[in-house]
Amino acid sequence: MADIRFSEEQIRRYSRHILLQGVGGKGQRKLLGASVLLVGTGGLGSPAALYLAAAGVGKLGLVDFDVVDLSNLQRQVLHHTHDIGRLKVESATTAIHDINPDVQVVPHTVRLSSENALNLVAGYDIVLDGSDNFPTRYLVNDACVFKSKPNIHGSILLFHGMATTFLPGKGCYRCLYPVPPPPGTVPSCQEAGVLGVLPGIIGIIQATETIKLILGIGEVLSERLVFYDALTMEFKEVKYKRNPRCPVCGEEPSITRLIDYEEFCGLR
Amino acid sequence: MKKFMDLRGTCCPYNWVKVKLELEEVDNGDQLEVLLDDGEPIRNVPRSVTQEGHALLKVTPEGEHFRLLIEKRGEK
Ligand SMILES: [Zn+2]
Repeated sequence: MADIRFSEEQIRRYSRHILLQGVGGKGQRKLLGASVLLVGTGGLGSPAALYLAAAGVGKLGLVDFDVVDLSNLQRQVLHHTHDIGRLKVESATTAIHDINPDVQVVPHTVRLSSENALNLVAGYDIVLDGSDNFPTRYLVNDACVFKSKPNIHGSILLFHGMATTFLPGKGCYRCLYPVPPPPGTVPSCQEAGVLGVLPGIIGIIQATETIKLILGIGEVLSERLVFYDALTMEFKEVKYKRNPRCPVCGEEPSITRLIDYEEFCGLR
Repeated sequence: MKKFMDLRGTCCPYNWVKVKLELEEVDNGDQLEVLLDDGEPIRNVPRSVTQEGHALLKVTPEGEHFRLLIEKRGEK
């Protein structure tokens, strides 16, 4: 990768990165050589995918089995009105290539499960979790722990969201929330609603974290949770550490293989 | 080792982008000779060169153009 010369078009397309101290041609080559698995191409995955594509991240894997629904368009900016009824991975691929044909898109039209999660995660450098349900979130987390992959986490509800970067060995989602909440206790987006711009903020924080990790610059949100409240426009930070008693990344883990939790909140 | 780049007709900031990319490739102490247009290019590129810590050894006017001699400094 390091020997590949930029084309005239790439010099122009990526000039604002190449000009940046700390990025340069070297950094742009890192981006072009990187691969990111986006779990979900919905509210969080949409803005993340658009910016990662624009930045020239070389390979984007997309996991989504869903089709575009009219109610998605209030926030899922990868998809357009004429895409309704189309597979989300297909409309996402079109949107990504419209922005940057340099990007290789790998569509995975599957529901993430204990059967496929390890293989999917293993094929990429970084995983960006843009899922909207607990079964998927726990699968992503555990698969990333087992495969030692960075897990860029984001989640949203109503008017607030949170983001953090779980680096291997530096804590995981189960260190914070050891098991999923009992069915019915946490409302889903479908029942509770979500402010359309909210996933834009959180998804772009996730994309920023991904790009920083690839470039090796700045300080990622490791061992820090950022909470965002759209109504008060406040960001709050909470520090955390790996929990030695975490059921999956602790000293004596009780979970050693992937678990398919029951779908709930009427998602199925 | 001395490389030469003819950047006449290449406008800002792409002339500097190309010089920067070339400087990333060569070793410390290597020299790069660049031919630049008058106007914006000769005002901007030398400033960027020194701002990034490289040495501007010589600037020679050549009719409508300028010949720069740059030496790479700093980390590789
Ligand atoms: Zn953990």
